Amino acid sequence: MQKQVERLKRQDAVFWLVGLGSLLFALITLLSLIVDMAMTGWPRISAAFFMSFASRFPEKAGIYSAWVGSLTVVMVTAMLAIPLGVATGIYLEEYAGKNWLTKLIEINILNLAGIPSITYGLMALGIFVYHFQLGQSIITAGLTLGLLILPIIIVTTREAIRTIPSHIREACYALGSTKWQTVWNHILPYSSGGILTGVVIALSRAIGETAPLLTVGALTFIAFLPTPPVMAEPPFVSFQWLLDPYTVMPIQMFNWVSRPQEEFHVNAAAAGLVLLTMTLLLNATAIYIRYRFRRKYKW
Amino acid sequence: MVEKLKKAEVLNLSFGYSPAVKVIRSINLPIYQNKVAALIGPSGCGKSTLLRCFNRMHDLYGQVKYEGEIKLYPESVNILSTTVDPIEVRMKVGMVFQKPNPFPKSIFENIAYGLRVRGIKKRSYIDDKVEDSLKKAGLWGEVSARLHTSAAALSGGQQQRLCIARALATEPDLLLLDEPTSALDPISTAHIEELLAELKKSVTILMVTHNLHQAARTADYTAFMYLGDLIEFGESDQIFTNPKEQRTENYITGRFG
Repeated sequence: MQKQVERLKRQDAVFWLVGLGSLLFALITLLSLIVDMAMTGWPRISAAFFMSFASRFPEKAGIYSAWVGSLTVVMVTAMLAIPLGVATGIYLEEYAGKNWLTKLIEINILNLAGIPSITYGLMALGIFVYHFQLGQSIITAGLTLGLLILPIIIVTTREAIRTIPSHIREACYALGSTKWQTVWNHILPYSSGGILTGVVIALSRAIGETAPLLTVGALTFIAFLPTPPVMAEPPFVSFQWLLDPYTVMPIQMFNWVSRPQEEFHVNAAAAGLVLLTMTLLLNATAIYIRYRFRRKYKW
Repeated sequence: MVEKLKKAEVLNLSFGYSPAVKVIRSINLPIYQNKVAALIGPSGCGKSTLLRCFNRMHDLYGQVKYEGEIKLYPESVNILSTTVDPIEVRMKVGMVFQKPNPFPKSIFENIAYGLRVRGIKKRSYIDDKVEDSLKKAGLWGEVSARLHTSAAALSGGQQQRLCIARALATEPDLLLLDEPTSALDPISTAHIEELLAELKKSVTILMVTHNLHQAARTADYTAFMYLGDLIEFGESDQIFTNPKEQRTENYITGRFG
């Protein structure tokens, strides 16, 4: 008896070691990468770095067009993917009948979330660039990334909705609510924490994506900003910026890394540091939103 | 003798989620106005299923087919008819569930919601209705000072009375209670039982309960169901003291169930 307990205890200790080892391995690798990048890139970080365009002189080059590009592209992505994804999630969860067709759609959406991102780039090249003649523009990039993160938003929306207990739904219907009243007054507010978390995480993935944008031809030398969306003379707003060429942070990095001069690699590290900070900030926002809503809605 | 007024009547009702399996079979049952009627029977006998026909809750879970009728008086409409919208039915028939299920909103908003669903926007009317319903549910004294705080902070018994107030705010013709005290402690249970005697003055009540003493104490009429059939229906006094059916007697004396 005692022998067996000891044997089991040894087993426990072994697993503890293995688990800790794997954790440390992942952590140390990641940390050393980050620290290395931060050490290399940090000296380059300055106001001028943010406000300078790409240049063939490494010490003059900056990420102005890249961060503006990232921001505008992500904006277009969000405008496409959030309404479409959330509406689809609500439809599938609350409106669609439960039959083999919805099952099939469900499985396919899950599959879409796992497709390599370059496939989306190829599809976008065919549809947006060649067929719709949108060119190498911000709108092409936004639509491509929007499609890429659409399944993620659909899946997280559905998961968020599913955490609402059915007895809350029944309480609402029992009062004579229509489906839309139930969705608008209850389902959406109670699941908005989960949905927002999913949206932010999906957007932070979109910010870091490179491959699909390379496919639609984003790898260009951009030393100017897109057309401003507001003008001094009527009609005051302009959507020309949607059709302007662009570059984004990860592509700017890729661009610099592939140059032979060592100084450009420093720039790449600095840009990487900025990109990483942007992503971490977004993820932190997601965690904060989730925390806030968990406290607000308890069943 | 004055003819007792019927609020509703179940006529030859059968229901099941698949046509082959009927959960309840050929039920006939009168519901008298301003009385409390209790449905009793062992688990799985179909009493909750029957209750949930009264506000068409089954319609939420796919295409369902009701056979037979439930007539609501005095209009004498068959609320199970395919031409009657379930939402219309739920506007007239309120429900309180087994587990207290307040919305994660303020106490005020919980009660006002039913009114808002009906498109009522007048602030003073809503204020009055909220106060009135809370008073009817015996909760006003405890919560009047914190109407705009979260309903989740209330105790289980208070939450259940809030759910009753929520159902009352829209002045239903019929109030359905699905084991309203099974998740509550004895004191909260007693509180709600006292409430029923008061409530039946203004609303007709149909209640499912597992607690035979509760049915004997609070219900004017009791129906005993077993395996999807209605075995016996009568005044509670008669059912509990002098049942006509052997199975009813076996159940209430605790020989099975």
